[in-house]
Amino acid sequence: MDLSYGEEIEAFRGEVRAFLDANWPPKNEGSKEEQAKAFRTLATEAGYLNRSIPKAFGGSEQQPDSLKGTVISEEFGRARAPMEPRGIGTMMLVPTLLERGEDWMKEKFVRGTIEGDITWCQGYSEPGSGSDLASLKTRGEIVDGQWVINGQKIWTSGAQTADYMFILVRTEPEAKKHAGISYLLVDMKQPGIDVRPLKQMTGSAEFNEVFLTDVKTPEDWIVGKRGEGWLVSRTTLKHERNSIGAAAGTLRLLDSLVNLAKTRQLDGRPAIEDPQIRRGLVELEGYVRAHQYSGFLQMSKGLKGEDPGLVGFMNKINSTNMGHMVANLAMEILDEDGLASPEGAGLGLVGDISGAGPWINQYMSSLGVAIAGGTANIQRNVIAERGLGLPRDAAANKSSK
Amino acid sequence: MDFDLSEEQQLLQETIAQFIENECPMARLRELFDDESGYDPVLWKGLAELGVAGIHLPGEYGGSELEVLDLAVVAETLGSAAAPVPFLGHVLATEAIRVGGNAEQQARMLPSLASGEHLATIAFAEEGGAWFPEQWSLAAPDGETGTISGAKEIVEFGEHADYFVVGLKGGKIGVIDRNAAGVEIQRVEGADRTRRIARVNFENTPVEVLATSGPDAARRVCDVGAILIAADAFGGARKLVDMSVEYAKSREQFGVTIGHFQALKHQLANMAIEIEPSRALYWYAAHAIDHVPDEGTRMASVAKSHLCGRYTQIARDATEAHGGIGYTWEGDTQIWFKRAMFNRVFLGTPRVHQDRVASLSGW
Repeated sequence: MDLSYGEEIEAFRGEVRAFLDANWPPKNEGSKEEQAKAFRTLATEAGYLNRSIPKAFGGSEQQPDSLKGTVISEEFGRARAPMEPRGIGTMMLVPTLLERGEDWMKEKFVRGTIEGDITWCQGYSEPGSGSDLASLKTRGEIVDGQWVINGQKIWTSGAQTADYMFILVRTEPEAKKHAGISYLLVDMKQPGIDVRPLKQMTGSAEFNEVFLTDVKTPEDWIVGKRGEGWLVSRTTLKHERNSIGAAAGTLRLLDSLVNLAKTRQLDGRPAIEDPQIRRGLVELEGYVRAHQYSGFLQMSKGLKGEDPGLVGFMNKINSTNMGHMVANLAMEILDEDGLASPEGAGLGLVGDISGAGPWINQYMSSLGVAIAGGTANIQRNVIAERGLGLPRDAAANKSSK
Repeated sequence: MDFDLSEEQQLLQETIAQFIENECPMARLRELFDDESGYDPVLWKGLAELGVAGIHLPGEYGGSELEVLDLAVVAETLGSAAAPVPFLGHVLATEAIRVGGNAEQQARMLPSLASGEHLATIAFAEEGGAWFPEQWSLAAPDGETGTISGAKEIVEFGEHADYFVVGLKGGKIGVIDRNAAGVEIQRVEGADRTRRIARVNFENTPVEVLATSGPDAARRVCDVGAILIAADAFGGARKLVDMSVEYAKSREQFGVTIGHFQALKHQLANMAIEIEPSRALYWYAAHAIDHVPDEGTRMASVAKSHLCGRYTQIARDATEAHGGIGYTWEGDTQIWFKRAMFNRVFLGTPRVHQDRVASLSGW
């Protein structure tokens, strides 16, 4: 057990700090966006951002080093300096293109995406294909030397503004379920694309439905071969995980919840003095700390090239479960104000509810986290089957004909 | 950065697991479980010969000079095996002598305890769940020797220990010979028959006070105890998950093994989710008590409350997952179920430790 980062990494930390001291907050004039963009360019040149991306495509092309990556996150976080834009394009599309795309695709899309000039949306889920994504029905066929796409996608974040969509479509209707899917890139600015905002239970609309009618895309805008789309999309999924970053977020949420309990009154005294609230906060901390140190453990195993084991399957559902606990505890602390709508709380419609809005929003949005990117029940299947070695679901086996 | 066990620690776990498998297989465990006394001196002596009794003690007295994390990984292994051995009380008693005794006392007391020749245990709790130094009420003598009177509860292997390491008023710690005048030992029928308990009464009993003992040393012993129980809870709960998964893979109903049914798969997954991440929590608490002084006490209580809470619930879930056999005396899950009951209470319930964390946080 050695929790120090070692001399080399601490020296690296010193360099990162010196860079941040010199460059953030920025001294030049300009809008926040312009300042952030200029800073990201400097940070990339210094080798701190876009580390996994080749220099030819606008990255800094550094050797993979999860300790240095952790130090960069820690120091940038401490300085509140912007890191890479956290979009679906940078997090999912770019890694996929780098691994599976043609050279012209990397040249055309990667630099613009990581610099924030090109934005993406993801066309995966359909109304009838959620957990069973591979049953998707949106069709793609070659007509006169180009792809013509017809169908419907749902839960599409950012579709109103995105420049392009990466989309899974069924191109080989005769093939088996998973083998009939291709991964295409589509220009969103064309006729035939109808984006309709989908209002969530929170009242805001982050998602959309996207209707595609005779939407066109060039024949070579395909990543991987025809019928390889499922595999290509799996390459993307493995880039999603960063357990340590997620644990840091949950720790901040716990801190905020403690502050809420200190500032809110319950039965005429600070909520933090209520025995149930105190114990609830410690119980939550037990889960948060377990998750945090499991992140250390997984990183250490990764550094040694070892399998993280069972806990490696649990990061998503742990985050989900902690989100539920935070939601319930926050409601206890908010007490009577817990009936406000997120906007109502923000406007102060009910009593003294300063600061209640984000918690009421979290009370609902934590359910979005539970469902998005693989529902909690799907996670349980994965843990049971791949983690514990229990038999695969008979029904799921039958349907993958 | 290497948040992982060393090769030596992994080897230590394997060696002890193998020893228990050989010397105390399930049939022998069940014998001891149903036995009147519940103590197997040969089994404990064998573990002591592997160094288990002196992991944390100075080399000059026959110990290995290792850390709380090393003790904790052993506690996990013993918890996993539901080993009916007096590890917890003995290790905490000797830790008290190590941190509370002067050089002369250590040199006199520790060698025969490190070798396993003698058995010691802690007598801390008083009536009403008074586990912590600030709650101890038995008046200490003025000098290094004198007499004490009063009662201590939930003394692990109290019927078998040669020495009692007793918590006294003001956080002082005294050592008492079981054969000393005025010692009366009463068996208490605890549910956990792998770790027997007793009530010990003292009446004008001669005691030797550990020279440098006081609130700090006493708190350290309680914190180490909390971590060892947390580690034991992890080992036990994890074992119950494995047992439940194995049962689901072998038991057939409706023509298939019941592990095919999603309802059960999700229950088993939930049990695993509840316990598996806590491995890193008890590791960190054990690491912190020796290396991150600001966090040690607080993390010991976070780990104790969290893991004991998880263990009791998983023990219930595992019993249910075993169906009818889980409810019988013949079934094995009840052994761990009852260890979870012991762990929950010994050195303070989850509620007490949650309140301790809240106070330590300044809330």
